[in-house]
Order: sequence, then structure tokens, then C-alpha cells
Amino acid sequence: MSKSNFTRRGVLRTGAMTAGGLALPTILTAASHSGFTNAPAGATVTLGFNVPQTGPYADEGADELRAYELAVEHLNGGGDGGMMGTFSSNALQGNGILGKKVEYVTGDTQTKSDAARASAKSMIEKDGAIMITGGSSSGVAVAVQALCQEAGVIFMAGLTHSNDTTGKDKRANGFRHFFNSYMSGAALAPVLEKMYGSDRKAYHLTADYNWGYTTEEAVKSSTEAMGWETVNTVKTPLTQTDFSSYIAPVLQSGADVLVLNHYGGNMVNSLTNAVQFGLRDKQVNGKNFEIVVPLYSRLMAKGAGANVKGIFGSTNWHWSLQDEGSKAFVKSFGTKYGFPPSQAAHTCYVQTLLYADAVERAGSFAPCAVAEALEGYEFDGLGNGKTLYRAEDHQCFKDVLVVKGKENPTSDFDLLEIVEVTPASQVTYAPDHPQFSGGALGTCNNGA
Amino acid sequence: MDAIILQILNGLDKGSAYALIALGLTLIFGTLGVVNFAHGALFMIGAFCAVTLSRILTLSRTTIDETQTDFLGNPLKVEVPYAHDFFGPVVGDALIDWAVPLAILFSIPVMLLVGFVMERGLIKHFYKRPHADQILVTFGLAIVLQEVIKYFYGANPIPTPAPDVFRGSFDFGAMVGFEANQIIYPYWRLVYFAFAALIIGAVFAFLQFTTFGMVVRAGMADRETVGLLGIDIDRRFTIMFGIAAAVAGLAGVMYAPINSPNYHMGMDFLVLSFVVVVVGGMGSLPGAVLAGFLLGILESFASMSAVIDLIPGINQVIIYLVAITILLTRPRGLMGRKGVMED
Repeated sequence: MSKSNFTRRGVLRTGAMTAGGLALPTILTAASHSGFTNAPAGATVTLGFNVPQTGPYADEGADELRAYELAVEHLNGGGDGGMMGTFSSNALQGNGILGKKVEYVTGDTQTKSDAARASAKSMIEKDGAIMITGGSSSGVAVAVQALCQEAGVIFMAGLTHSNDTTGKDKRANGFRHFFNSYMSGAALAPVLEKMYGSDRKAYHLTADYNWGYTTEEAVKSSTEAMGWETVNTVKTPLTQTDFSSYIAPVLQSGADVLVLNHYGGNMVNSLTNAVQFGLRDKQVNGKNFEIVVPLYSRLMAKGAGANVKGIFGSTNWHWSLQDEGSKAFVKSFGTKYGFPPSQAAHTCYVQTLLYADAVERAGSFAPCAVAEALEGYEFDGLGNGKTLYRAEDHQCFKDVLVVKGKENPTSDFDLLEIVEVTPASQVTYAPDHPQFSGGALGTCNNGA
Repeated sequence: MDAIILQILNGLDKGSAYALIALGLTLIFGTLGVVNFAHGALFMIGAFCAVTLSRILTLSRTTIDETQTDFLGNPLKVEVPYAHDFFGPVVGDALIDWAVPLAILFSIPVMLLVGFVMERGLIKHFYKRPHADQILVTFGLAIVLQEVIKYFYGANPIPTPAPDVFRGSFDFGAMVGFEANQIIYPYWRLVYFAFAALIIGAVFAFLQFTTFGMVVRAGMADRETVGLLGIDIDRRFTIMFGIAAAVAGLAGVMYAPINSPNYHMGMDFLVLSFVVVVVGGMGSLPGAVLAGFLLGILESFASMSAVIDLIPGINQVIIYLVAITILLTRPRGLMGRKGVMED
């Protein structure tokens, strides 16, 4: 006889209740202000940096936070000024924003929509943040963007690559500098055709959530347009860690290219598994088997180690770019922190400068005035060449980088090399493009 | 046919990990009566033993290479592993390459110690407390261990490759008469399966053929009587806790090359391992092993695209569906005995 005096059912029930209790979202109460939401009254203005500080993207969040701290330092006149010296607009003087010293609060998105909304809400209502920025996931971006629209503050998205952020889920108070799935597909397709030819059979493994779908659709339609055939598309659970049972059938399908529409830990594991299965050493249909990763990040490349060598993908920005803006940013970031910035850090830094600049040009912190200043705004000197913040969908249009895993990296940060800088014109699409249809910006909201 | 063989092979390595973790869980439950929610964290710590040894072996001194520059235009800092200085480049590189297998030796004392400290320092105080308390404290401990690892190693997965000779895959299909490229299987997964079989065999042999094992088995069956015979059963159970921790740790060490270790890998395995234990039959060691392999293989089958096309989403729920079916038809699990957790 066992000495135990509890039942199996009891154990399962207690376990379920424990898990349920831990998952309860924070509930916060609402508060409102007059004029527009959080109109700065004193000598300071508060920005809210909402980044993943815990959870799987915590390292990427830490890099975003470094960039934000650097941007605040530069806006307040500290450091070497970074990209403020190369930015085509001269509105920023290093005396804060509209003469008010910039302060900031941070929130932890945990890369969970409910946690991200709760932290954004808290920064808006308790800390008086006038603008929210950051994030490392499209699910979070879409959720926080909707919250900022309701609250009447500007949302400057961080790293979010799904078409939907500026497609069906776009909002008048939300702005995205980062590129998107469509642009990845449009930039990658010509390079893939040049490298691997137009007679290829592709097999897609796709993370089973919003970003995965839009990326699969974008890469599929761009590659099919140049003659590739899509043999199969398989959705993989976001929580999957071992992809062997998804990788193993790839060769049986007759495919000669594997497209991994995965990000973060998913990508690290699926690519590692694919390389373990020896896919890259195989010959199929008389050609070398190839793997493509549509969205690359340095942190992912680091996690996948030597497995990324020679694998193509796209990225929003890379520290090895030689334009004046990129060089200035890499110099200030590298001097302060000792290593080069990631693309997530770059987009967050740029978004902060763009917001501050728009406020200066509008002469007001009122969200609708800021939005108007950003809409249709053309600028240069921030690292991606000439860029347009399109009025119709609040998406930036700029050059996109096609990169490949470096064969002989010299350090942990030197993992990708730029293969091609795809010009903005090649990745631009109509605002009513089918991949972006179904939503409306609505009208901007000044809040209380 | 080839697709079926492929998924059975795939299920074997995943099943090996489930079986090893579930075996440890069952050992702890059977001896100490504690449902250890921190067991997944032990698996994770094992994987980080491999990471740590690999880091120790690659500890480097920095030299300046004037001929190259870094990203800021300063002379490039080049890292030279101390292993090269001590053992020469050839032996040094071989040691670094074989870090994961070497970590087996490194992890055994570490895991025994972790298990001992965990049992004596915390879990011991909860033997007489309600089981809900035990679950909460071990779950809390799992979160703490996870955060400690994240603090020291970061949130990103850390690539920990297998030795060069085990990289890549072999064409199992061609070896048994199928067309080329139809059934490929990575060498390291075969190593993992063989390793798991060896460990499982060793644990069973230990319990079956040693006096210590006999006493432990007697204690599992009737702790009170064994105590009345003047045997210090508690001390033996503490040792079993250490052994269970070492089994989970070894499973983690060898798993490191399959998926780059990260701080939450333990949680990913924990829930499924509990399902494995319940399906196998609470307290049954052979049941845990059998259910581990069974559910691993079923999970593989459910992720075949032909199966997903037929029943969308089946890959996410198959294990739970099977668990429900088995528990409805065999309420004590596959090999559960009467009386365990049924008082």
C-alpha cells in the first residue's frame, strides 16, 4: 500500500488550478485626463518603452532597451548625438522634445498580448507616458496598437514583421518603421531565383500564428510568381521544440527547398533539426537541397550557431551598412555598450527619433498633430536610405536587406553578410494589396 | 510504409527523453510520495551542464591581432582557448569537440549534488504537508531554477553541437531496401536512443539485482514494515532522489545537441512527462518507460501532414486524447497497480 492519501484526479485538478492562477492577467483601473491624454504639464515628458524583459525574447528586448536609453540620451543632448547628426530633419536640437527633458518608464511585454497591454496601460495611466513604443512580436504589436488607439496615445511599433500590423489591423495612432512579410518575399524572390534558379519545389514549415501565415503567403506568392512550385505548407505549433517529425517528411515530398517561416526559438530549433537531418548535404531533383529563412535576426543566428552558414534570409537593417547614419549609430551604440546593435535596436532607436522629430515639427504633443506630421513624411540619414512614412497605412517604405549566414564569422556579432540591398521601389505595394486588405486606419484619437 | 518507419524512428528519440524524465518522476513518487514539479528543471540543468562544460573548455585569453579591425575600426581581439595552451591545438580542439559526451562525467556529481540539496534543503520539509503544498513548492522551485539559469545564461538558446563524427545523418531507408533519401535519421538521435536504453536498463538492473535496490523496492511496497526491520529507508530514498535527478540530468546533457538548450526547455517537457507517468500508471517504472515511447511515437505520427490534413490540430492534442482514452478504459494507466494514489 502506498502511504499517499490523495487521488490522481486531485493532483491533476490542483495542477490545473495552479496553472490557471498563474496565468491570470493583471487588471488595472482606468483614468483619464483633459486636453489630450497625458499632456505634459511640467518640464519633462515621459515615453513608455514596452519591451520583452522576461520570456523567450528577453535578450532582444534588452537590446531594444539599450537603443531606447541611447536615444533618450541623444535627445537630451548627451553622448555624441548618434543619428541626430545624419538625420535629414534638423528639428531635433538635443534639448529634449519641445524643450522638455525626456524621461522614460519601461514595461515588460513578456511577449504575451495580455501582459503587454497591461504594462502599456499601466505606463499610460500611472506613469503618464505620452507615447508607447517597443515589442518583439506582431501579436503584441497589434494588441498594444489597438490599446494605444483607444487610450489616445501614439504607438511607435518596435520589431513587428506581420503584414497585419499595417494591414488589416492598422490603426490611425500606430506607426511602423520595421519592414514586413510582403517586403521580405519581394526582396528575397529575385535573389533566390538568381542563386537557385526558377525551377524549384518548395516545402514550407510555418509557425501557427498570425506572423507565420502572412510570411508564408508572402514568400509563397513571390516565389510562385518566378516559377517555383509550392509542394506543401505545414503549420507547426508555436510551442514546438523538436521539429524532427516535421522535417523528416520533407525529402519524401520531392521538395528541393525548405522555407522556414519561423522566428526566434522556433527558427533556431527547426533550422538546427533540418541541418541535423543532413538536408543541406542532399541532392534532390539533381540540385543541391537548400534552406531559406525569410526573417533573420542576429540573436536567432547566434542561437543556431554554425547551422546558419550560407542560408539566405532578409533583415531590416545590419550594422555593417556603410551609410553615414548607420555608421554614426553603430559608433555611438558600440562605444557605449561594446558591441554592435541588432536590427531590433536600430528600429527602436529610429522610431524614438522619428517621434521626437514629428512632435518638434508639429509643435505639439497632441497625438493627432504628431500623426499628421508623420504621415507622408520623407526622410533620410537613418540607416535605410530614403524612407517614406506612407500616409495610407503608416508603414515605412525603404530599402530591404537580403542577407546570408556568414561562412567565417569573426565574432558572435558577425554572423550575417549583406548579399543585396533591395531598393524600396521593388518592395513597395499598393495600399489595397490583397495581402493587406480588410482593415481601416480609422481616425486618430487624442484621448481625453 | 517508409513514412511510417520514419515516424516510428522519430518517435524513438523524443520517447527516449519522455521515458527518462518520467522514469525519474516515478522513482521519486514511488519512494518519497512526492509529485515533483521541479523534475523538468533537473532535465534543463543537465542540458546546461553540457553548456557549462563546453564554456569551460572554450575559456579563452584575448590577444590583439593588429592586421584585422573590429566593427569600430579598433584592432581585432582574437580569442585563443586555454585548452590550446594546456593540451596543444589538436587535443584541445578534440576536447572542445567532445564537450557534450564529456559532460556526462561532469554532470553526474553535479546532478547528485543538486538532487541531494533539493531533497534535504527543501522537499524534505514538505513530506508531511498536504500534496497541494508539495506541488506548489516544487513548481515554484522550478520557476526559481529557470530564472537562475536565465540570469546566468540569458534567454536565448545556446548552440551546443555534438562531436563532429556524429553530425549529419545516415540513410536508414537505403540500408533496408527503400529508395535513397526516403528514410534519413541523424546519427546523434541514434546515439541518444541507445544512451536512453542503456540508462533505463541500468536503473532497472540496479533496482532488480542489488541489495540496495531490493531494499528500495521493499520500501516502495511497504515503507513501514521495512522501517520496522531496522533499515533506514529515508536515507535510501534520499539517495534515490539523487539518482532520479542524475537520470533527468543525463537525459538533458545528451539532449543538448538535438535542440539548443534554453532556460524553459524543462517546462516544455514537464507537462508531457506527467501525462506519460499517468498514462503509464502512477508508480510503475516499466509503465513510465512504455508510455514514454508510446506517446513519443504517437506525437510523431500526429504531426505527419497527411494526418493533420485529415484532422486539423490533431498534432497539438493527440497526447491528451490518448491519455483520456487510456484513463477511461484503464483508470490506473497502462501498468498501474491497485492501491497507488487511490486511498
